[in-house]
Amino acid sequence: MASQFIGVDYYSIESLLSEEERMARDVVRRFVEEKVLPIIEDHYMAGTFPDELIPHIAGLGVLGATLPEKYGCAGANNIVYGLMNQELERGDSGVRSFASVQSGLVMYPIFKYGSEEQRQEWLPVLATGEKIGCFGLTEPDHGSDPGSMVTKAVETDNGYLLNGAKMWITNGSVADVAVVWAKLNGIVRGFLVEKGTPGYTTSDMKGKHSLRASVTSELVFSDCEIPKENILPNVTGLRGPLSCLTQARYGIAWGAIGSAMACYDAALNYAKTRIQFGKPIASFQLVQQKLVRMLTEITKAQLLALQLGRLKDAGTMRFTQVSLAKRNNVAMALECARTARTILGANGITSEYPVMRHMANLESVYTYEGTHDIHTLIIGADITGIEAYA
Amino acid sequence: MNIYVCISHVPDSTTKVKIGPSGKEIDEEGVTFILNPYDEYAVEAGLRLKEKQGGEVTAVCVGDDVVKETIRKALAMGVDKGLLIKADRSRDSFGIAQAIADVLRDRSPDVIFCGKQSIDYDSSQVAGMLGELLGFPSVSAIVGLEMNGDGSVTLERDIEGGQEISKTTFPVVLSTDKGLNEPRYPKLQGIMAAKRKPIEEIEAAPYENRVQVLEMRMPPAKDAGKIVGEGVDAVPELVKLLHEEAKVI
Repeated sequence: MASQFIGVDYYSIESLLSEEERMARDVVRRFVEEKVLPIIEDHYMAGTFPDELIPHIAGLGVLGATLPEKYGCAGANNIVYGLMNQELERGDSGVRSFASVQSGLVMYPIFKYGSEEQRQEWLPVLATGEKIGCFGLTEPDHGSDPGSMVTKAVETDNGYLLNGAKMWITNGSVADVAVVWAKLNGIVRGFLVEKGTPGYTTSDMKGKHSLRASVTSELVFSDCEIPKENILPNVTGLRGPLSCLTQARYGIAWGAIGSAMACYDAALNYAKTRIQFGKPIASFQLVQQKLVRMLTEITKAQLLALQLGRLKDAGTMRFTQVSLAKRNNVAMALECARTARTILGANGITSEYPVMRHMANLESVYTYEGTHDIHTLIIGADITGIEAYA
Repeated sequence: MNIYVCISHVPDSTTKVKIGPSGKEIDEEGVTFILNPYDEYAVEAGLRLKEKQGGEVTAVCVGDDVVKETIRKALAMGVDKGLLIKADRSRDSFGIAQAIADVLRDRSPDVIFCGKQSIDYDSSQVAGMLGELLGFPSVSAIVGLEMNGDGSVTLERDIEGGQEISKTTFPVVLSTDKGLNEPRYPKLQGIMAAKRKPIEEIEAAPYENRVQVLEMRMPPAKDAGKIVGEGVDAVPELVKLLHEEAKVI
């Protein structure tokens, strides 16, 4: 059955996609239409993550989509993965966050830096969604400056003893495995901590006005001892977690387009049917200007993401290019959400329309996975050779 | 089991269709095509039957190279292989049924599933004609299917005011209706595998349409709505108009 949402494609970007890329996107688009949109507002209001979607999301092949088939993944290209993120986030940023944390921040480091045994153990079950993962880097007092983290690992006879706390962790309390970054002899290393390990506790963060359909937790390690084989053997230093963030930010750069499309679509339809002064508000110049601006920014963001994906597939993408796309596209989406809200007037604040939910979600997306400002400085450092944050 | 699923390549139901310059066909410029929604039930039925009974599922489509994309959508859902019977897409229903029957006659199909109708031209003729041309029983618009131990199959159909349960034997042609099953979403792995699955191509025998389309017309533009009044006082007038003018109550 066809999906009701037909996307935004003012520049025939469709023609730049392969049949496989279009088909993968259309399947997720339809899934979002049929399974996500009917339930997401209720979950958002209740502050619950839609667990019931996990088997479906996994069934679509989204989780770890670009990883090899021998680990139960699809071996898809990065455009497919990006388009899937775009469609999931048209549903909700929380749903996309679930998928991009599992894929970019859990499966990716296990694949890239894990032992073959760790890959065999975790990747297939993470791909099917039987097991959930989370990523612990940020700490209560260490956000944009993760290098100053205080979580420590000490080598013991049996393995490693972890002490410290991680905060703002998506999927934290529901995760079966946490990829935790801690300093071992002063050097950042990655560890796999399984749910139920003595000394490892989690608590959900309450009172969020954003990403309400997403689990956000604090992880606490108090003399938490993990076996020797749970260290990620193939990476040392901050490069490990930062390379994971590059993966996740890539997905966000695409995801934000989905939120923006949802807001634009809602605003356009509303403007054409809302009558004031005897005519649709779409006939007023100020409203047209807003719609045109949204469309223009979405179109630019689409081309940015597409070229970024082609570079990633070619193996030539630089992390600063990901910063540029994440920075631009999230800010663009947030601007679209706010503009759409003004077109919808009071109706824009209700759960009848997706606009306010996207807007509140995007406030988080704007500062997570590298804040907008930090991405500015990353690009600034790249072009001037001077690190403003050093 | 040797399972065939006949599929159609149809315009997306969200597409605004325009009539082409000849006045006898639609303008395909900018139109997105999809796997006919009723055929999705047929594909799902074929896949489920294979999962239970073993065998192979082949998706059959009559048309030109353009319809391969739609065949690959069925392959992405899990169908084993495609069969493209090459013919002009403007064929009438009999021409399509005959093209399929000519090819399948020698391939000993056990079941041929078709969607109960295609959402573009709504003729609902191919399944019945196919049964007749092949000498198979055919049951249309099924919403339930149960294999029996003796090799027969029990079918359920929605009929006016209730259900009809019937029984027949293989080989059989079955057309599928909404409610038979919930078609699966293609997995990404399936989409990736689809391009590696074979699509056999066979040229259809020449055929001259028995039914000529003379003209296509757009539906007349809708008249503007009418407000007959406000509040409770307007109800009698509204009821009167609905009864006498619109004749809907």
